[in-house]
Amino acid sequence: MIIQQLSIFLENKSGRLTDVLEVLGSENIRITALTVADTAEFGILRIIVSEPEKARDLLKRNAFTVNITEVISVSAPNEAKHYAKVLKILSDLNISVEYTYAFSVEERSIIILRCSNNHEAINALKKHEMELLTSSDLFRI
Amino acid sequence: MFNRTEDFSSTMEIWNRHFECMDRDGLKKVQSERLRESIERVYFNVPYYRNKMQEAGLGPESINSIDDLHKLPFTTKQDLRDNYPFGLFAVPMSEIVRIHASSGTTGKPTVVGYTRNDIATWSEVMARTLTCASANRNDFIQIAYGYGLFTGGLGLHYGGEKIGASVIPISGGNTTRQIQLMHDFGSTVLACTPSYALFLAEAISESGIKREDLKLRVGVFGAEPWTENMRREIEEKLEIKAIDIYGLSEVIGPGVASECLVQEGLHVNEDHFYPEIIDPKTLEVLPGGCTGELVFTTITKQGLPLIRYRTRDLTKLHYEKCRCGRTLVRMEKCLGRSDDMLIIRGVNLFPSQVESVLLEMSEIKPHYLLIVDRQNNLDSLELKVEVEEEFFQDKISELESLRQRIQHSLESSIGIGLKVTLVEPKTIERSEGKSKRVIDNRKF
Repeated sequence: MIIQQLSIFLENKSGRLTDVLEVLGSENIRITALTVADTAEFGILRIIVSEPEKARDLLKRNAFTVNITEVISVSAPNEAKHYAKVLKILSDLNISVEYTYAFSVEERSIIILRCSNNHEAINALKKHEMELLTSSDLFRI
Repeated sequence: MFNRTEDFSSTMEIWNRHFECMDRDGLKKVQSERLRESIERVYFNVPYYRNKMQEAGLGPESINSIDDLHKLPFTTKQDLRDNYPFGLFAVPMSEIVRIHASSGTTGKPTVVGYTRNDIATWSEVMARTLTCASANRNDFIQIAYGYGLFTGGLGLHYGGEKIGASVIPISGGNTTRQIQLMHDFGSTVLACTPSYALFLAEAISESGIKREDLKLRVGVFGAEPWTENMRREIEEKLEIKAIDIYGLSEVIGPGVASECLVQEGLHVNEDHFYPEIIDPKTLEVLPGGCTGELVFTTITKQGLPLIRYRTRDLTKLHYEKCRCGRTLVRMEKCLGRSDDMLIIRGVNLFPSQVESVLLEMSEIKPHYLLIVDRQNNLDSLELKVEVEEEFFQDKISELESLRQRIQHSLESSIGIGLKVTLVEPKTIERSEGKSKRVIDNRKF
């Protein structure tokens, strides 16, 4: 249920995102999800890719600062109330969400979450019969 | 503005005509006598100096006149650090009435102590400085130098009171209030760093206050290097005379040297601080007119006498009499350093100070780049530092708090506000194994 996500430190300068994607592209890495968190000075690129360890080593070889971080993923109908429900389950248990992003496939939202405690989050969401996705689920989408 | 042959000696006020206009032979006698006394004091009261003189095979009897000065060993900032805090003081602490300090390179500041007599000397040389700039008892002097451990504020303050002017000890910063009091109190003399003067000029023009409602007529500016272009800009924008003053806390603070209205070099108060110019490589003394490193020997100071103190400032000396009538040797504006010290908003900074703070933080590599710029006439300092890969977190909040921690530890250690930017590892250029540490985009 734990999904490996790549986090890459990026300076805010033009062309850096292109550099990352070109490096990954050179080895035919596929990307399921991508988001950029940015401040005025720097950004963190977060991506879920087909072969996270290979992608990490590839990026490291190309002098990027990259880490594998663990996230979880939930599939729910793409109405706001379902996203709210997921978050409420977690907040009721004092599990904080460090960040979240989502994308929609047909009528479903694919929600990515990084929680203060991912394992507790998984158990809680399972208990409420939420549909948790594995890495391979994500790549079948 | 000035006709270069015009004689100003009858029109300009001079605070201490006896010493400031003394013939050079008479001055040499005074200097020789004071040097002898000074050497005797340090030899018997400061073990550091006694040891150094003994190592060189010298005793107090070896120094008979100022011509013997070159025999004595040099003193450096490192010697002050090694004897931190009071090791070089030549009087018992009960005689010390004031302590100032400037930021140091290894976290330890450079400490200077003054006896009551030293404060009187300081007031005297500052009275000369202000009189040089045409200030007198009828003036309102707005002192926008920082007060506190920094010598700028209090140095000007005592000089201003000595000449009987009305001193406004507003200290640095708070530009809105500076302009308001300048207007309401009718300040006639402004004392601050030249970059702050330019900043104020812009702020005044934006404030809507009309120039004719201000009484400002002259400024005494120092504590950082500035160019003739900057002087012209200040003089045009503020419609004042901009006078350059020079000093360093180790020697006394401001008051070591100052320009007169002729603006052809800074008169060194050499009856108190004897200047030499040396070749920073060979350490040979150079004759007048040659560029080299400025070295000072204090010949009247009691608290912290300094023998052949290397300032690291590069300049040259001129011994001809000035058109203002003063005979004191004149030094040119300092425009360079013989070490890597930066002066940012009047505060001294060595790149090694930054390095020692960064080395204490495990999350970052000590690969850094300092970028100095001057924006809106104020110095800005940016530090780019590489994030240590093992410590890279994917949380913005953690990176942001790392950035803030770096910023806070640096600001509290170097005393200069700065912007910290985290950059990707291996992006700071390494040249010949050693990084280029500083980019100074300011034009001097």
